[in-house]
Amino acid sequence: MVQVDAKILENRELGSQRYKMALSAPQIGCQAKPGQFIHVRVSKGFLPLLRRPFSVHRVQGQKIEILYKVVGKGTEILSRKKGGEYLDILGPLGKGYQLPSATSKISDIILVAGGTGVASLLFLAESISVANPELSILVLVGAKNREELLCEGDFRRLGCRVEVATENGTRGYKGLVSELLEKCLPLSGDRPKPIVFACGPSEMLKMIGKISRKHRFPCQVSLEERLACGVGACLGCVVKTKGSTYTYKRVCKDGPVFDAGELIWE
Amino acid sequence: MMRKAKEKPPNLAIKLAGISLKNPVMVASGTFGYGEEYAQLVDLNRLGAIVAKTITLKPRLGNDPPRIVETASGVLNSIGLQNVGIDTFINEKLPFFKEYDVPLIVSIAGETTDEYVQLAKTLQGEKITGLELNLSCPNIKYKRKLMFAQNPQATHQVVSRVRKAISLPLMVKLSPNVTDIASIAKMCEEAGADGVSLINTFTGMAIDVENRKPMLRQVTGGLSGPAIKPIALRMVYEVHKAVRIPIIGIGGIMTAGDALEFIIAGAKAVAIGTGNFVDPLIPIKVIDGIREYMVNNKIKDIKSIVGRLKCPKS
Repeated sequence: MVQVDAKILENRELGSQRYKMALSAPQIGCQAKPGQFIHVRVSKGFLPLLRRPFSVHRVQGQKIEILYKVVGKGTEILSRKKGGEYLDILGPLGKGYQLPSATSKISDIILVAGGTGVASLLFLAESISVANPELSILVLVGAKNREELLCEGDFRRLGCRVEVATENGTRGYKGLVSELLEKCLPLSGDRPKPIVFACGPSEMLKMIGKISRKHRFPCQVSLEERLACGVGACLGCVVKTKGSTYTYKRVCKDGPVFDAGELIWE
Repeated sequence: MMRKAKEKPPNLAIKLAGISLKNPVMVASGTFGYGEEYAQLVDLNRLGAIVAKTITLKPRLGNDPPRIVETASGVLNSIGLQNVGIDTFINEKLPFFKEYDVPLIVSIAGETTDEYVQLAKTLQGEKITGLELNLSCPNIKYKRKLMFAQNPQATHQVVSRVRKAISLPLMVKLSPNVTDIASIAKMCEEAGADGVSLINTFTGMAIDVENRKPMLRQVTGGLSGPAIKPIALRMVYEVHKAVRIPIIGIGGIMTAGDALEFIIAGAKAVAIGTGNFVDPLIPIKVIDGIREYMVNNKIKDIKSIVGRLKCPKS
């Protein structure tokens, strides 16, 4: 974990208020693992006050990328930043995805992305395909409509199989990406269980958690929460998890990636 | 050049409630965990002191989320004193500080006066520098409805009983949710406190109008950050006029200028709270900024400006 002033290399609109930003941050890039995030101070002043967290979308040499949608004041300010400006960032933070080991007997890996949740899953797909090129990866990408679909081409270039779901049916399966997951599962016979990694809105993750319980496959989900400190000190971002009764874990430090079975959904 | 080389660097060191601090800049309870969370980002040895996250006798799970929401120049929180409890604190968190040369002040909270006394006695034998009684958490339920710091008699009782039980330097964290904070500070002084920390957070709330739901699960929370700074400053000013024990000024400090305002209003030391979330280096930047101010204004000793507000005579 380091704090650096990172130079913005590029901040490009991908359409529909979605942006991809590239930053020069070799100290963070060399440590970052899929599922970890950076905590960005979008303003030098105190409006907005708190940092904003973004999953690491990609690491390429000296460069790290984030993918974001303008949803409020913080991301609106971020979207107006230009190449050459500097951003105060902390990272890499949190506990990322647990990658399947090279020897594990897994038939399929399924990545399920909802909206900008796709950001961390591209980094994961790249890491898996480098470490375990023999594993086949199926990616399910969901969005509200065709215009908001992200990263489809990136996954295909990595050699992943990609299926698409849009809520209005303008591309691929019409409906939720969690429904598409249930249709794609190898449910019958003796086929080994897939391992599922999911990132997206909390309603989507809750449904995928339910599906993983029903079909008993291992599933890791990456949660989004409002964060204050980002380093595990303030205990503001907790999520309810199973314990002797229950306990609270920090999304920023114990997560953002959790085993779906560990969470108590409300 | 020769003359400049001979000039002594300004003295930022202070004595606070019997504790020697390298400089008057501390980090406030609840915003710096147990130190270890920030150790990779901040040189802890440069801090004046660390006030650890409040601990209680038994571990506490804390409140249901959402626990935190940003407001205009502020943060509302309702953590509810989630902590590991005193036994785990002593066994697992305290050893971390052995490697550091920084005063450690441990914040404690009890549901009853007896619990405060028991916590204080347990910590008396440990390697810590001082105690802070958190009498002012707005996010837990109190048996008598009011928090200790909202009741002068309860404040007097708990401070004097802890004072009699231990010899450690003793600070008391006060609540701004009172009519007359100076009178509560006076109670602390009379009861034998060595210093007062002010302020804790203001109770506040925020509403999601689309869903007509409170932004925090507990509906209300404690407001911190720059939004509360002018009020915190006024309270430090009032308390400084009322008591002789040292004051630790807290409330929205983000810059050296903010810290100096508190010092001039009467605080002998200051603590950074919400600022740690904004930029973990704020405490260090504040220390450096105070030193620069002293050099520029030819102030040799920070103690010489504590409470030296120049008010026009009326």
